Amino acid sequence: MARIEIRIELKKGVADPEGKNTMKTLESLGFEGVKSVSSVKVFDMELDMSEEDAKKAGEEMCRKLLANPVIQNYKVIVR
Amino acid sequence: MKAGDVKVCVLRIEGTNCEDEMYQAFKMVGADPEKVHLKQLTGQVSDSLKRDIEDYDILAFPGGFSAGDYVRAGAIFAARIRSAIGPQIRKFVESEKPVLGVCNGFQILVELGLLPGLDDVMSNEPTAALYTNDSARFECRPTLLRNDNRGKCIFTSEVPKGKVLMIPSAHAEGKLLSMDPKFVDRLEENDQIVFRYVGEDGKDAQYPWNPNGSPSDIAGICNPAGNVLGMMPHPERVLTRFTHPDWTRGYESEEGDGLVVFRSVMKKLL
Repeated sequence: MARIEIRIELKKGVADPEGKNTMKTLESLGFEGVKSVSSVKVFDMELDMSEEDAKKAGEEMCRKLLANPVIQNYKVIVR
Repeated sequence: MKAGDVKVCVLRIEGTNCEDEMYQAFKMVGADPEKVHLKQLTGQVSDSLKRDIEDYDILAFPGGFSAGDYVRAGAIFAARIRSAIGPQIRKFVESEKPVLGVCNGFQILVELGLLPGLDDVMSNEPTAALYTNDSARFECRPTLLRNDNRGKCIFTSEVPKGKVLMIPSAHAEGKLLSMDPKFVDRLEENDQIVFRYVGEDGKDAQYPWNPNGSPSDIAGICNPAGNVLGMMPHPERVLTRFTHPDWTRGYESEEGDGLVVFRSVMKKLL
């Protein structure tokens, strides 16, 4: 059994309205020193295979469904 | 072909919610629409319910929140289509049959690689994205769309160039993005820009008239062949004058502004 975490991040240069809005709200709540906030999507999964195969499968999942290569980068991390 | 012989596949999955209006739109222009669940095309139903995409003349993707908008808007619907009937859809588009995607339908067409279709009829990966509105909110209000197409798109053949239509928008992810710095120029060169948002004065739209921050105020684009149209605003919500916000205050036409999109494509087929 392998456990992987897939992180879907916005590419550099793609505006992140969710992150920006969250940051504004945090500031209005009085949190000081917040330099940046980015929204990230994480999928956690367990796969019945070796860690090596799970990493490959995770990358294939990103290409076929989980990430849009125009705006997003993905990272598959074996846990 | 008679209007009544034009078979329209209004394709839905769980979470699609504008199929009734889309069905009605095609009904009003005399076509023979049918609401079809994706499983009916992929054969995961009893024999009497099975349908073949080849038997239809028009394919329409209605709006809604297919598969709950999980992962990304339209991504799950698109992935399911691609894995089950990708080659048939490609063939449908290559044979220049009309395909319409409205709102979530537009998002599906982009995720499916059918739009913008700059380098291939149907790319393996999306080549653009419909991304979160600049406001990071769901934007829902009437919008003004100018037909900027020079004649390629078969869904606007009956709309004079430069004419402004009032068609409502309702979406949270409608900003058309590409990483190609020449993206808008290429669309313009190919005559792929169909609708642009305009302001009340008919000029460049600022927020809120451009509800999502799309570059060059783009609201709808077609593929290079002109037979696939994707647009964020909902023409099927303004089929009669009665659903226009100003219908009691001098709105002159009996017909709603959205019906012409459906009339145009029928005219091309008949």
